[in-house]
Amino acid sequence: MDSLSAEEIKDLTDRATRIRQHIVKMTKEAGSGHPGGSLSAVEILTCLYFKILNHDPKNPSWPERDRFILSKGHAAPALYAVLAEAGYIPVDELKSLRKLGCRLQGHPSMTCTPGVEMSTGSLGHGLAVANGMALAAKLDRKLHRIYVLCGDGEMDVGEIWESAMLASHYKLDNVVMYLDRNMLQLDGPTEKIMSIEPLADKWKAFGWNVQEIDGHDMREILMATEHASQKHGKPSVIICHTVKGKGVSFMEGSLKFHGKAPTNEECTKALEELGICRQ
Amino acid sequence: MPPVIGKWKMESQRKEYGQALVELGKKKTDIVVLDADLSSSTQTGMFAEAFPERFFNCGIAEANMMDTAAGLAASGKTVFASTFAVFGTGRCYDQIRQSIAYPKLNVKIVVSHAGITVGGDGASHQTIEDIALMRVLPNMTVIVPADAPQTRNVIFKIVDFHGPTYVRIGRADVPTITNADEKFEIGKASVVRDGDDITLIGTGIMVSKCLLAAEELKKHKISTKVVNMSTIKPIDEKTIVKCARETGAIITAEEHSILEGLGSAVAMILGENATIPMRRVGIPDIFGESGDSEELMIKYGLTSENIVNASHEVLSRKK
Repeated sequence: MDSLSAEEIKDLTDRATRIRQHIVKMTKEAGSGHPGGSLSAVEILTCLYFKILNHDPKNPSWPERDRFILSKGHAAPALYAVLAEAGYIPVDELKSLRKLGCRLQGHPSMTCTPGVEMSTGSLGHGLAVANGMALAAKLDRKLHRIYVLCGDGEMDVGEIWESAMLASHYKLDNVVMYLDRNMLQLDGPTEKIMSIEPLADKWKAFGWNVQEIDGHDMREILMATEHASQKHGKPSVIICHTVKGKGVSFMEGSLKFHGKAPTNEECTKALEELGICRQ
Repeated sequence: MPPVIGKWKMESQRKEYGQALVELGKKKTDIVVLDADLSSSTQTGMFAEAFPERFFNCGIAEANMMDTAAGLAASGKTVFASTFAVFGTGRCYDQIRQSIAYPKLNVKIVVSHAGITVGGDGASHQTIEDIALMRVLPNMTVIVPADAPQTRNVIFKIVDFHGPTYVRIGRADVPTITNADEKFEIGKASVVRDGDDITLIGTGIMVSKCLLAAEELKKHKISTKVVNMSTIKPIDEKTIVKCARETGAIITAEEHSILEGLGSAVAMILGENATIPMRRVGIPDIFGESGDSEELMIKYGLTSENIVNASHEVLSRKK
């Protein structure tokens, strides 16, 4: 994984750009949604669906598949965009986000959308659900792995730490958690709202294998994931330092775009920045 | 032959639950059981001893337990998650709502120590609102077995039923009023005594109190029908309406708050289909307290005498 060719990197980068374009367009179309935290997680999701996960978009219920849970369910636009790019749903369907009768609910629903492994949206649940899937895999002597993406705001939730304990208690080395450390939550900077640092030390103290990387560097994401898969007897967390709203200048580091869709003008400007035709 | 009224054997629902899990666990290898540090009380400890690899203690972390249960169920396991009723609902309501009920996952929440008969532990441990909490969740099935044999029958039934299920049992031994070979069907009430003048609809431990009340009413020449409403949701609307039409008066009896439990469910159906005099026997809208189970049943209005008095009152309003 660490020996990615320039061509592979370009392919992943192009996909990430397309996913960003989808996110901007679909939230604009919906008139609501969470672009900021969707954009910060794009590289993580791109690596997962195009390099890491052993999955089959034509057979979403294949029992041996790796599982991915979006614990920070408000980043649903990013998940839907990547599911569309991977072929689970038509790209054209993305514009139905949040519309009455659609499969693309405001927050992911596993009974609505192919490829969605768990319904999420209420924060702090995803890791415990991943643990349940990991226990099932161990019971069945299956080798598939469970990946989960949490937001840094989610670290406020008590259940996260309950499930952190459970994962290390049951030695769930088939669990990998990516922590989207974009430094902002709805009401402001994470350290101002509720101090969560020192994060790495906390996870270490809970018995986890901890790595810290640049969450927008795909080589780093892939290398850290590879490293996590080699750790036996311990769950792994990869703290991914990211920028909220990444890729769109006026959304980067902006609190405003945590839970607000771009206007028509903002959308046009964002798409210009992202380059329309980098296919 | 059903046992003579009032001469019932007292048996433990919890023990039946634990034994049923062990028996089912032998046959069905996809069953996994979770508990939150109360396995010796809920009796899931029996399963833990028989199948340690399929039992996961989640510690005192009910929220975590329910989400872990959801993950196991999403991977095809038949999951039983147990703790006390007060903790298995209130401490993890969001997890049950978001991760079990909404995605319709196959998790059976079987909780013990429900209601006021918890006794000495007091109000902190006596849930009088759990049926209400579970009943309003879409996709959730809510079952309250009347006694130990029915508890066993319920567990054997729901193991093959796919979907979120809440089963409520008590701490104390309860009178055995059903037969072990009586079939249990989800959503079907059973008429355990026939009569023409009034219907007593009970759930859980209160079915036995209804039977005692019916005997007492017989002395006053009142012919009483008694219904065991063991499924609270989906509720057996047909039987309720039929009883209303046949007897023209209804009493409900539950070891739960009179708000939003069995009584409310029945009242809503009567209001829409057959407006007849009815009355709810249950715990008034107040918290419980420490005391002996029987003393608490008296103090909080859950005796056969309360049912008899309510019956007279309702019958006086019957046209």
